Amino acid sequence: MTLSQIYSQIFVTLCSLVIAPLLLGWINQCRAWLANRSGPGIFQPYRLLHKLFNKDSVIADSASPLFRFVPYLIFGCMFLASAIIPTLSTDLPLARAADAIALVGLFALARVFLALAAMDIGTAFGTLGARREMLVGFLAEPALLTVFFSSSLIANSTALKTIVHVVSKGEFTIYPSLVFAGMAFVLVFLAENARVPVDNPSTHLELTMIHEALILEYSGRHLALLEWAASLKLFAYSTIGIALFIPWGITDGRNSGQILLALTFLLLKLAILGGILALVETLSAKMRIFRVPEFLATAFLLGVIGMLTHILLGT
Amino acid sequence: MSNISIQLINLFAAFLLMLAFAMLAQRRVINLVHIYAMQGFTVVAATSVVAYVTHQEHLYYSAAMTLVLKVFFIPWILHRLIKRLNVRWDIETLINIPSTMLVGILLVIFAFNLALPVSKLSSSVSPGTLGIALACVLLSFMMMITRSKAIPQVIGFLSMENALVFAATSATYGMPMVVELGIALDVLVGVFILGLFMFQIREQFESLDISHLENLKEE
Repeated sequence: MTLSQIYSQIFVTLCSLVIAPLLLGWINQCRAWLANRSGPGIFQPYRLLHKLFNKDSVIADSASPLFRFVPYLIFGCMFLASAIIPTLSTDLPLARAADAIALVGLFALARVFLALAAMDIGTAFGTLGARREMLVGFLAEPALLTVFFSSSLIANSTALKTIVHVVSKGEFTIYPSLVFAGMAFVLVFLAENARVPVDNPSTHLELTMIHEALILEYSGRHLALLEWAASLKLFAYSTIGIALFIPWGITDGRNSGQILLALTFLLLKLAILGGILALVETLSAKMRIFRVPEFLATAFLLGVIGMLTHILLGT
Repeated sequence: MSNISIQLINLFAAFLLMLAFAMLAQRRVINLVHIYAMQGFTVVAATSVVAYVTHQEHLYYSAAMTLVLKVFFIPWILHRLIKRLNVRWDIETLINIPSTMLVGILLVIFAFNLALPVSKLSSSVSPGTLGIALACVLLSFMMMITRSKAIPQVIGFLSMENALVFAATSATYGMPMVVELGIALDVLVGVFILGLFMFQIREQFESLDISHLENLKEE
């Protein structure tokens, strides 16, 4: 591990911390434009974080120590996840720490503790949200794994940096299996980040909420950390999508100047993807919660077909 | 260059399989027609690429015929039928889409295994696509079995024909022109007859649900 590697790791991690709320703000701004509203501006998530960090944190009497501890754990999980994913460079010291499967495990850890904390207070909404979150989670995880396996079959490795390397540096090849994996990933992305067809992130309507129900009891700095972690999760999933399907522009880290070029590419890709996500959210209506298993079963099946086509076509 | 073309054919094959699954999961009748048109367009694109790679001129004619017939004309007829039968917003109550799709996966595995030894013998540009075409045929079959209304069954029949044309072009560079013309005419006449048949079913039972046909006489 050289000093330049450590510098690039620190740079990449700081970038993800800064860009994540910006991405959320950009998506919200695009949604506002598409709905013919003027919108709050792309820096609104920063203002929200600033406001929440300056407020006092109120905790229920019945809360156990777990309740205080969980926001830090979840923020840590998401922070680590965005440090592992090759967002700008494949030559990160932490990238060796975990492969794609461990990454799924990291997300699962955060989910389990968020559900536990939601049930900890003992309110009806928290329990309801936790149950729904686990329903979505246990269906989305295998689908996400099949997406990773489709890519791993091409690269012969589950390490994300190898996948990025094979797809972006090798001869340009069209992989039919990635068409299926891409479709599956979009469905998982929408479900895991509580976006519109599965959950509406901008409402507190009791009957429909999943993510908001989980964090209903938090306030002040705890809520700020959870909001930040949610935007980091959105950022992490976006960069996983970029790394698996459009990895061109990610540098291999030999030349330290290239990382700035990679940052430009990343911002461009995120801007386009955010616009597309806002369009998808505007065009689709929220599903009934009982339709969600069908939605995610489709994602899983697409992932499995992706692997099968890879085996049959052998490209 | 031809390497990219082969990858393109494989890509279109994958699209075809994806559209077959989309058809299986689709509830709205009107969207089924749109998916059918997309499927036709994918077959056109794949046929054109095969024609370009193998320099077979008659495949271009075949692609043009598919374009006119299956992307524009038959969807147009179906749209008119749906409008006149007034089933534009019909939603079919399907039993359990996830389990239907699971059976679909099993069919795909079966078809892939079945096609594997055959495609090893083949000398065509993209032997792997035969398995996908076979899987599409089986999936369309299953759609015809699981649907209870008349129009989705007709669309299942038509998409099966699409998959067969794709199998023919990708595995054996297409059939002789006379045979293809004959099949195209058959499909066209079939759609007209089935359209008339739908009106008859509706007049008789006041519904397009063909399970009414199972009773031999009125109780």
